[in-house]
Amino acid sequence: MSRIEAEVGKPQGGFMKWIDDRFPFTKTMEYHVTKYYASKNFNWWFVFGVLAMVVLVIQLLTGIFLTMNYKPAAAEAFASVEYIMRDVEWGWLIRYMHSTGASFFFIVVYLHMFRAMLYGSYKKPRELIWLIGMMIFLVLMAEGFAGYLLPWGQMSYWGAQVIISLFGAIPVVGDALVEIIRGDYSISDITLNRFFALHVIVLPLALIGLIFVHIVALHEVGSNNPDGVDIKKHKGPDGIPLDGVPFHPHHTSKDLVGIIVFLMIFCSVVFFAPDMGGMFLEHANFERANMTATPEHIAPVWYYTPYYAILRAVPDKLWGFILFVLAVALPIFLPWLDRCRVKSIRYRGWMYKTALGIFVVTFITLGWLGLQAATPTYVMLARVFSVLYFAFFLLMPFYTAMDKTKPVPDRVVYHD
Amino acid sequence: MISFKRIASVLALCVCFFASPGMAAGGGTHLEPAELDRDNISSLQRGARNFMNYCSGCHSAQYVRYNTIGKDLGLSEEQLIDNLMFNAEKTFETIQSAMPAEDAARWYGTAPPDMSLMARAKGADYVYNFLKGFYVSEESPTGVNNVVLAGTSMPNVLWELQGYQAAHFNHHENEDGSVTTTFEGFEALSAGSMDAEDFDEFVKDTVNFLAYIAEPVRSERRKLGVWVLMFLIFFFILAAQLKKAIWKDVN
Repeated sequence: MSRIEAEVGKPQGGFMKWIDDRFPFTKTMEYHVTKYYASKNFNWWFVFGVLAMVVLVIQLLTGIFLTMNYKPAAAEAFASVEYIMRDVEWGWLIRYMHSTGASFFFIVVYLHMFRAMLYGSYKKPRELIWLIGMMIFLVLMAEGFAGYLLPWGQMSYWGAQVIISLFGAIPVVGDALVEIIRGDYSISDITLNRFFALHVIVLPLALIGLIFVHIVALHEVGSNNPDGVDIKKHKGPDGIPLDGVPFHPHHTSKDLVGIIVFLMIFCSVVFFAPDMGGMFLEHANFERANMTATPEHIAPVWYYTPYYAILRAVPDKLWGFILFVLAVALPIFLPWLDRCRVKSIRYRGWMYKTALGIFVVTFITLGWLGLQAATPTYVMLARVFSVLYFAFFLLMPFYTAMDKTKPVPDRVVYHD
Repeated sequence: MISFKRIASVLALCVCFFASPGMAAGGGTHLEPAELDRDNISSLQRGARNFMNYCSGCHSAQYVRYNTIGKDLGLSEEQLIDNLMFNAEKTFETIQSAMPAEDAARWYGTAPPDMSLMARAKGADYVYNFLKGFYVSEESPTGVNNVVLAGTSMPNVLWELQGYQAAHFNHHENEDGSVTTTFEGFEALSAGSMDAEDFDEFVKDTVNFLAYIAEPVRSERRKLGVWVLMFLIFFFILAAQLKKAIWKDVN
């Protein structure tokens, strides 16, 4: 059969050709999936981006079903959550997956960010990916905060009360701003309604949009790797990086293993310890919001507590707020604070390694302190660790410039 | 005759009504562990009976349906109606207290709280120690006070079973002149209809039931969780093999 006959005999290229003439399906799939080459020597630190996507999907899907049964009204919200937990078919599973997912979102994102600090993933040419990532983190914090009010328990109410009132510390506009956020003179039905709107529409849309841009930017410059070297410097005759393997099927099959391990941990919490001893679901939140009775000890959920500890460490309300905002915002500037040319911690000097080690201890300790009652000893400790937290960022231009580095290999180091 | 172990507790000075100390961060109250046998169906059945007889007159459990209890505790519809439903017509109804909340608030100063989630909000240990923590106090209008929740407006509903007990406190003056009050122990004043062991079982069963209604699905979710994890282990083995096969040519 001649070539011409073959082309006449079949519709040209079949269904996919019909699609591809009208929509860049194959092109997009190849660009982002089957012909997107990432280093073959990824270690498990590189799984958290995919895991963040998995948690996002869990949150979106369970969120949809929660919305079908939840009532965003002060008079009904708490009871509707109990209705979901007791009377809705599989409602308890959907709710526990969502509440556990919230905590795991932060666990995964914190580890994802830490990976970037280990291997210099925020450095040129990936500064923009880091900036977009930080915006995702900020939106995620807002999303978690808005969502936490929705069950309308005691901690929902009083946690929101404490955090929203922080904005009142801003001079001149503070009080007006607090009123705008609450939509009322206190946290009320109106606040709950607008937080619901933010939680289910505004912030998820922003989140999805930013994640899309995050990935587009990543695929433009290519993924980093544990050696922090550019795999595109060495390409084979076919133009494929010698040290790269396609995202699919190689990285997807590897990620699948990571996803299953993640799901094992996630499901262990969902099925065996959904409140995680009061860390994921706080005990006081099983009491309906009561504006006349303040809980003895108000603590935000664990993922905000490092910043909350810094806030409480400062005696002055306005300065506390400023340092709180600064603590959240400082990592944005990492690409410019870090003066070292070497990306990966494998080839960096003792100064950065020590600083990063201290930073990890600092962050975890602050998180723990933020959960405790503010006794004088703990406040003192929080002050010490707040100084360490800021020192890590503010001294970074100096110690990273002075640090002695090891020679970086030309190609990635691969252990089979 | 009631020999209680030391339930050391620091008393909050003057807490009125149900303004409660928090669980862990509260006034440092030491709570005796309740050590519940959460999957023991007969204990839960006895607890349900105790709750309906002694608690539900004043306390509602407004999110809990009778038929859920029947299903989980292996009780038929008839058994439910004959033994547990004093205040309801249909088994799908929720547990409402016999006492109107408004009257209750007027009589006691505060309406008795709903019991649906009490064991989850305060912890089973808290409820267990609270129910056993009433002691005779002349200052209180109910004649009793409580070592776990000082100034509670709840009377000791179980006095007939437990008998009356006194509480001993140690008042320790600090260097700065403030006084720290430490709970030392109970002393039985009169015997109840139950001995100490039976009464302890009675309270445990009741708390067990309260813990159950706080999360009726607990037992089901734990059973299901085992299957889910077994599936994931199986899935993990497959995925690991798949990964190995796909990566075998990478060097």
